[in-house]
Amino acid sequence: MRRFKGIAMTVVMGGVIAVAAGCGSDDAKTSSSEGKGSGQLQGEVITDGSSTVFPIMEAVAEEYMGTQPDVKVSVGASGTGGGFKKFIAGDTDLANASRPVKEEETALLEEKGVKYTELKLAFDGISIVANKDNEFIDSLTVEELQKLWVDNGKVKKWSDIRPEWPKEEIKFYSPGTDSGTYDYFNEVILEEKPMVENATLSEDDNVLVQGVEGDKNAIGFFGYAYYSENKDKLKILSIDNGKGAVEPTHETIKSGEYAPLSRPLYTYVANKSVAEKEQVADYTQFVIENAGELAEEVGYISLPEEEYQKDLDKLKELEK
Amino acid sequence: MKLINKSQVAKKMPVRLAVNTVCKGLFFLATLVGLIVLAILFYRIFTQGIGSLNGDFLQNFASRKPEEAGIKAALIGSIWLMVVVAPVSLLLGVGTAIYLEEYARKNWITTFIKVNISNLAGVPSIVFGLLGLTVFVRALALDRSILAAGLTMSLLVLPVIIVAAQEAIRAVPRDLREASFGMGATKWQTILKVVLPAAVPGILTGGILALSRAIGETAPLVVVGIPMFIAFLPQTVMDTFTVLPMQIYNWTSRPQEEFQQVAAAGIIVLLILLIFMNSIAVLIRNKFQKRY
Repeated sequence: MRRFKGIAMTVVMGGVIAVAAGCGSDDAKTSSSEGKGSGQLQGEVITDGSSTVFPIMEAVAEEYMGTQPDVKVSVGASGTGGGFKKFIAGDTDLANASRPVKEEETALLEEKGVKYTELKLAFDGISIVANKDNEFIDSLTVEELQKLWVDNGKVKKWSDIRPEWPKEEIKFYSPGTDSGTYDYFNEVILEEKPMVENATLSEDDNVLVQGVEGDKNAIGFFGYAYYSENKDKLKILSIDNGKGAVEPTHETIKSGEYAPLSRPLYTYVANKSVAEKEQVADYTQFVIENAGELAEEVGYISLPEEEYQKDLDKLKELEK
Repeated sequence: MKLINKSQVAKKMPVRLAVNTVCKGLFFLATLVGLIVLAILFYRIFTQGIGSLNGDFLQNFASRKPEEAGIKAALIGSIWLMVVVAPVSLLLGVGTAIYLEEYARKNWITTFIKVNISNLAGVPSIVFGLLGLTVFVRALALDRSILAAGLTMSLLVLPVIIVAAQEAIRAVPRDLREASFGMGATKWQTILKVVLPAAVPGILTGGILALSRAIGETAPLVVVGIPMFIAFLPQTVMDTFTVLPMQIYNWTSRPQEEFQQVAAAGIIVLLILLIFMNSIAVLIRNKFQKRY
């Protein structure tokens, strides 16, 4: 009996190790052949934070592998808030954020003695969308947007916003409360007042796209990339902030004309990591130099050139 | 003398047969619901993902370009995770079950422990993630390593394995144990040579369910801080890593349609890995089932 058990265990472990070793060894080969050349850095760069910023950081890390194959870059996506928690605890070198750092987070960072630098990476335009079959709605003013989304304890009908609109119940779709997108919307539109209670919240923006697509009376919001990939399925709403209705497009987001819903995306780097770890300094510089182009590739909008120059200058200061 | 009232039986017979047929139909329907849902799922996943599934997909790291995205890091990561979770959770789980069933006195403390273990099986996985973050990642300073994540996952699946192993051990007939004692075997000899071999099929069924859960979980790993993107392979259990379900989740949440296909291909890989693990368990189970 013991023999059988022995054989069984050997088979299981052997199989697992063989698979692991098989794939491991061919990686070793490729990395050693690429790893030649001078100025090769080593070590780890740990980044975590917003899932909105994740595609940009993934793209940067992917490209960085080509120049510094021995630096181990890991990118997490535990949300802007989750990323800051880890950043405060000193677990990460960079915290990616789809909103600026909050006051309570700054206080905690100060308490822990973590000094940091804010770097802007790209723009995103929070897009307000309605169902394709919705014929009466084209644009909203910021006040109407607030009236729509702030909870008043009653069931909301379209006619509550503008009397000529139908008396049908509105269905709301919003990103989850952990997301920076929600935080940003909460700040600029809701002004910290509670959101309508029957809103459907989801951390997965594709769920919101499907929700709005399938419900005639739906309204929802999410990052620009999700709208631009689903242009044929959704109806985009122009937002009027008092200077005329503006539709979110590449140009209006970049110029800042699409206000107040065009927002910058950030990464926060720990000053200590830049000063002490050569690979973090090098990686951060690589991030700034490539963020614009790679952000465009994954569906965001690059900043004006001088913004990146400002980021680079800040980083140079740190390295001194 | 008539033992059976034939006319009475004949009167009731059609009803009884009808009830039987209805029940058979109902249970078949119940089976069918599961099968149909599974078939639809398979159909969707395979038609979506088969196009992206090729050698490059297994060889490449994740990428911003859907056509270049691969699953290498996640696949190897998941296998590494199993290397930690399988031995740790099985040894601890079966050990606990043996103690509770064979050695522990039957008193209220044992009952209390057993009830609590069953309750633990229902605790949301994210709670185990928080526990892992506090104990393994921070207090024991294991960082975001395979070991820390593996131990967290082991804790998560431990209750399932303990309960399954307890049931399996309890189902071993008393006669077998008594015969063994009668031959002069000690308790440990009896457990090792009689009880465990007889209980292996049951233990493995629980074990494979538990490991399947561990390989499909993401929530505790997100809390522990396992990254979603890495472009290197772990070399030891102290390295950081990523796993299949996290990679798949990452892809499904992308706005680009092409990533949905890549995600489907990832799901196929996860299914194949699961089938591979299951078949190993079935092989071992058959080996032991023949003996009794």
